[in-house]
Amino acid sequence: MQGDSSPRSMLTESKEDNLVLSSEDSSCPDESELELGLGLSLSHPRLKSQPPPTTQYARILTAMDFSSSASSSASSSSPNATAGTKRAADSLVASNGPSQVVGWPPLRAYRMNSFNNNHSKSPATEAKGNQTAARKATDNGSNKNNSIAKEEAHIRRSLFVKVNMDGTPIGRKVDLSAHGSYENLARALEDMFNEPATKGLNGEDRGIVVGAKKRHLNLLDESSNFVLTYEDKEGDWMLVGDVPWDMFLNSVRRLRIMRTSEANGLAPRLEEKKSRLRS
Amino acid sequence: MECKRKKEWPESNDSNRATTFPDEVLERVLSLLKSHKDRSSVSLVCKDWYNAERWSRSHVFIGNCYSVSPEILTRRFPNIRSVTLKGKPRFSDFNLVPPNWGADIHSWLMVFEKKYPLLQELRLKRMTVTDESLEFLSLSFPNFKALSLLSCDGFSTDGLAAIATNCKNLTELDIQENGIEDRSGNWLSCFPESFTSLEVLNFANLQSDVNFDALERLVSRCKSFKTLKVNKSITLEQLQRLLVHAPQLVELGTGTFSEELTAQQYSELETAFNNCKNIHTLSGLWEATAQFLPVLYPACTNLTFLNLSYSTLDGDDLAKLLVHCPNLRRLWVLDTVEDKGLEAVGSYCPLLEELRVFPADPFDEGIVHGVTEAGFIAVSSGCPRLHYVLYFCRQMTNAAVATVVQNCPDFTHFRLCIMNPHQPDYQTDEPMDEAFGAVVKTCTKLQRLAVSGLLTDLTFEYTGKYAKNLETLSVAFAGSSDWGMQCVLEGCPKLRKLEIRDSPFGNAALLSGLEKYESMRSLWMSDCNVTMNGARYLAKEMPRLNVEVIKEEGIDNSKADKVYVYRSVAGPRRDAPPFVLTL
Repeated sequence: MQGDSSPRSMLTESKEDNLVLSSEDSSCPDESELELGLGLSLSHPRLKSQPPPTTQYARILTAMDFSSSASSSASSSSPNATAGTKRAADSLVASNGPSQVVGWPPLRAYRMNSFNNNHSKSPATEAKGNQTAARKATDNGSNKNNSIAKEEAHIRRSLFVKVNMDGTPIGRKVDLSAHGSYENLARALEDMFNEPATKGLNGEDRGIVVGAKKRHLNLLDESSNFVLTYEDKEGDWMLVGDVPWDMFLNSVRRLRIMRTSEANGLAPRLEEKKSRLRS
Repeated sequence: MECKRKKEWPESNDSNRATTFPDEVLERVLSLLKSHKDRSSVSLVCKDWYNAERWSRSHVFIGNCYSVSPEILTRRFPNIRSVTLKGKPRFSDFNLVPPNWGADIHSWLMVFEKKYPLLQELRLKRMTVTDESLEFLSLSFPNFKALSLLSCDGFSTDGLAAIATNCKNLTELDIQENGIEDRSGNWLSCFPESFTSLEVLNFANLQSDVNFDALERLVSRCKSFKTLKVNKSITLEQLQRLLVHAPQLVELGTGTFSEELTAQQYSELETAFNNCKNIHTLSGLWEATAQFLPVLYPACTNLTFLNLSYSTLDGDDLAKLLVHCPNLRRLWVLDTVEDKGLEAVGSYCPLLEELRVFPADPFDEGIVHGVTEAGFIAVSSGCPRLHYVLYFCRQMTNAAVATVVQNCPDFTHFRLCIMNPHQPDYQTDEPMDEAFGAVVKTCTKLQRLAVSGLLTDLTFEYTGKYAKNLETLSVAFAGSSDWGMQCVLEGCPKLRKLEIRDSPFGNAALLSGLEKYESMRSLWMSDCNVTMNGARYLAKEMPRLNVEVIKEEGIDNSKADKVYVYRSVAGPRRDAPPFVLTL
């Protein structure tokens, strides 16, 4: 049908205009056109661990997969520390996982932004599996922040876990990938749970506060009233600090700041677990 | 009616069979037509009707801003009060289009200032909008009422400040999911104290704190507030105060939905929600926890749209909430609710028409389950009226999809995203062709389809053969050869938008649609097998199409990495950046 004038060309220019402006109502209201931004990882604390269904997908990493260094240098500027090793394992797998492809899964950036606003953005690391040249934010300044955010959206890794403290009704969340070490994490948690309750806009104290006075948690200090513990992916509660940081990141599901009096039972369990692993 | 055209009334003798309406009457009648489809049909009847229609039209919808120019638009339609414009290709939402691609609103505004001085409404999607443009808008149109920006970029909160300061008659300010530079929340304080006309305010996706006193005063003095969607910075206690001022709200977007509250504050919040009898849309709900959801229950009776896509609820929490939402038509959730949550949906929401399940952890960074085929089936069993689904999952089977569409044959929008590219049916290890085959065979009303998983050309054979009402098709990592795309182009008579990425379709496929593209809005193909020669050939054969190639540097020069083809009466773009080659 090459060269046939399409039936439309027989009509006047007005028809052409009409063609272009013709009914293109989306069949749903605008709101329903919304799609997602590139999503952020939210570590859901109550998920049970489950082996991947087939070998095609990422396998659960063991201690063998991690580099021997305790990676104390792993700070917010190199989230690759954890993610990188996981990616290394993934690259052995035939197909690309969703995180290695630009713009996939098809989610909009704003979703990521809605979770990120409280954390300083980590600088972009190398683009992963990106066939197109890295897009620099060379446009007019007003879009810079979000271009970078979008760029980072598919390379940033976060690991939010819930933190509860005995005696405090409301739990908090902490992004573990923003801390490079146990000391860093402990300090952040101490700050978090030392604050008075939610401040009003004018800074006034509000709401019930469990313990308005500052507590010195000293979480890593054995003499403190509280210890920091975590639930690992097998559902066991462990003392924080025993394993290399990377390994901890890989197995932690949630944190609990426990009263020392209650934590006494942990130590023998830890030993028990270790001996189980050894045998 | 303004701007009437006078026309001589022809003599009506007996020999004249057809009576002619005076223009005024015809225009009056036609002004009652709202649907664009109807208006298009009307304008084709004859020249008189074409003219009457163009004079009586007050709202225009332009699905591709480059398909027409502002000059052509204003010449044809002199009396427009409301403009809806869409700009960039949809895949720009996923970073597949470089920044500075175009779709800048400014050149339109310059023309509108002269030709549509009485402009009232502007709704933009995927356009570039600068602060200068927003300021220009706010100063040039004294009757301006409604601004809606969805997935736009290029502006900051300073532009919003200009709108708030200068638009004295503003009724609607809807800022959604934009690439906005959020400098501060001060813009909200720019609404003058004398300003009382606001009815719709949505700033949910902005980050910065706003001055709550200013917001509270604004809400209390604007008596016609219908829609209020605040951002995360607004606390529960603040929300309670807003609700007290505006119990008549119809659409509410909360702020952060967890906080340490005293018993009294909690009870005041409950009361506030209890007094909101008209809420039918609820969103926001960041960090909503089981502890606070119960305050919503009294307001949920009339709820038709619930957006929980920012809340990491689990299945139990969702179930407890849904018990109170029997009238729900639309539900958006995160996949943290898992299959169990979706079973609750099937149990408690028999009137459900739309479901969207988003992934909380799309990059598989934690230990994730999300939803599976079981949840999908559960919803379809309990919700026979389901016609719109967007479902992100990590596993799916052909059998499950077949069951789903058997339960719900009225799908109009079926968007399934199996998140790992090329993933087969996890039980049989076969491609997912039969799943989408079932969809197109069973759902005869299907308008929009997005496919995923391991797919061969068979999927597209089915689509071309059965999807006779299909208008939009999204393809990624799918197909085996040119034949697949050809089937679709030859078989789907109502196809308007085709967007393809990372699929093995080449020049033969592209060119098989030669005759088709003029009846479509646009075609996007990225990272397929199209070459520059193929694209050039298309451009040469079809001069009324714009064939554009986005060239990334340093890549093999014979491949056409990203091809965007669209019909236009405005000719080739005059504002194309260097990386967009117009062939």
